[in-house]
Amino acid sequence: MSALTLQAPQGTERGRAPRLRHELRAIHALVHRDLLRLACQRSHTALVLLQPVVYLFALGGGLATLIPAASLGTGYQTYLFPGMLMMTVQTPAIMVGIRLITDRQSGYLRELLMAPVSRSTLLLGSCAGGTLVAAVQGAVLLSLAGAVGLPYDPVLLLLLLGSMLLASFTLTSMTLALSVTLRSPELFHTLLSLLMMPLLFLSGAFFPLESMPGWARGLATVNPLAYGVDLLRRCIALRVPDQAAVGGIEWAGRQPPLLLEAGLLLAVGGLTLLWAARRFSRPE
Amino acid sequence: MQPSAGDDALAAAALLNAEVTAPRTGEPPHDPGYAISTRGLVKSYPGPDGTTVDAVRGLDLDVRRGETFAFLGPNGAGKSTTIALLCALARPTSGHATVAGFDVATQPHDVRRQVGILFQHSALDPDLTVEQNLRIHARLYGLPRRDVRRRTAEVLEPAGLTDRRRFPVRALSGGMRRRLEIARQLLHSPSVLFLDEPTTGLDPHARAEIWEHLRALRDRLGSTLFVTTHYLEEAENCDRIAIIDGGRLVAQGTPHGLKAEIGDDRVALRTSDDGRAREVVARTAPPDRPVTVDADGTWLRVPDGSAWIPRLCAALEAHGIAVHAASATPPTLDDVFFHHTGRSITTTPATTGGGR
Repeated sequence: MSALTLQAPQGTERGRAPRLRHELRAIHALVHRDLLRLACQRSHTALVLLQPVVYLFALGGGLATLIPAASLGTGYQTYLFPGMLMMTVQTPAIMVGIRLITDRQSGYLRELLMAPVSRSTLLLGSCAGGTLVAAVQGAVLLSLAGAVGLPYDPVLLLLLLGSMLLASFTLTSMTLALSVTLRSPELFHTLLSLLMMPLLFLSGAFFPLESMPGWARGLATVNPLAYGVDLLRRCIALRVPDQAAVGGIEWAGRQPPLLLEAGLLLAVGGLTLLWAARRFSRPE
Repeated sequence: MQPSAGDDALAAAALLNAEVTAPRTGEPPHDPGYAISTRGLVKSYPGPDGTTVDAVRGLDLDVRRGETFAFLGPNGAGKSTTIALLCALARPTSGHATVAGFDVATQPHDVRRQVGILFQHSALDPDLTVEQNLRIHARLYGLPRRDVRRRTAEVLEPAGLTDRRRFPVRALSGGMRRRLEIARQLLHSPSVLFLDEPTTGLDPHARAEIWEHLRALRDRLGSTLFVTTHYLEEAENCDRIAIIDGGRLVAQGTPHGLKAEIGDDRVALRTSDDGRAREVVARTAPPDRPVTVDADGTWLRVPDGSAWIPRLCAALEAHGIAVHAASATPPTLDDVFFHHTGRSITTTPATTGGGR
């Protein structure tokens, strides 16, 4: 079949290997690429990690003296910690979207599109890569838990890591959907910088949602970042009740169940990814 | 003036309809002996203001297995679009194409598993090392883990990059990157290799090296090479050439055959007075042979050109015109190109034939 019989011992295996295995190998290739890039861009990674640390200690340290712990239920730095974890996973999620656009410009995307797998698989691989990188970076930041007065409880750390994975999956899917739709890098950057700040401020990362006006609280209930922060905060409350922060997302004055929030994030991320994959697969 | 390939196909079809029992003139379209076969391939894009842009208009192409096939055409002729169609990256608007025995419209994954493509612009990840780029490609094409290491070593060796395998791609020269890209496309052992302007942007030395490399690969692996180029001397070394212009095939054949089709040699004379020389040459030469005067002097096309030189020189001397130089050149591919498209392909003379 192949003219390269001398060099193609895998030619026979090729026909038998189930389709799914090929798609999984392609996903592995993309995740592998993201991890390799993470490893070879050490200075970039260090800067990405530094940003939330600066917020946590420079902003958090300064405001901690102004904001009484009584109004938050805990110290301000402890309060800020879930927000900082969200910031950590947010950057790699955005990077995945930027990568798709730069790959399109550099021509690398064509190399990917030539692979004998479905385009949905390529998008799934990018999403998995971004999520994993976010989780790795989040895990590094988790090591600061002690500095903000949280115990190194393995169950708590696992819960926090799981929540970060979930939140970064949703965020990565959303940036991928955005970068599949917007092909111009300028538009993508402008829209992101326009969206990211309000999303972060309306997430309850910096101040409690109930201290905000009603319309802002309304917006928070449709803000995926707010659900991510809320999830992290409630994990802390679950394991360390005396550090439980006040407030959080409320639907008609009632806090939704923890698992429902997690399920919602997963569902939104999954649906967004599906939509993006469909759009990406449109034949040219 | 020259019947196009489309006309040929129509004629063949008419013949078949008229006389069913007659032996077919052409080979069947999906002959397994063909690496690439297309019939009536059309690709149109929506253009501005609701118009349609026809990039490829009814292409009939047959490329045999193991052949080095050159696809020659000016910019915008539809070369890259054709490659995108043959690699199943774009869907044809109409028509059929089979590559390595698979239909590009209905079996795109099988087609892609069987082809490799070297894009016009580099598609490597510059931050990663040579080896890492290769491994990612191998996994994308579904190679099992145990084969990846072995295949990587196997393709690096002929590319002469074994000792650079841990270098980041951005530290490689242009020629090395090109060789790496070729090596990468060989990882999944394709039977057809598409090369879109493989030597553009390389210096003459690197260009010669890439071609040496490609020829060695073809001889060793027997793969089919489909090359687009606008370097005529590169097309010259291919087994067969197709000339595409405005999305249509205007000529197809071996370099020798295409040149023989034109047949006439180009006879050029440098004289003391080209203006008068033109009249004299026109009267001496066979009738209906247009004589042109340009920067090269006075020239015309005649069969068996060298036999005409003494006669023309004698006539010119008789009229008191001194002949400084005379030459007879057999037709070149540029002449073939000019003959079929009415244009010269050498738009940038500085880049052709520079280092040879």
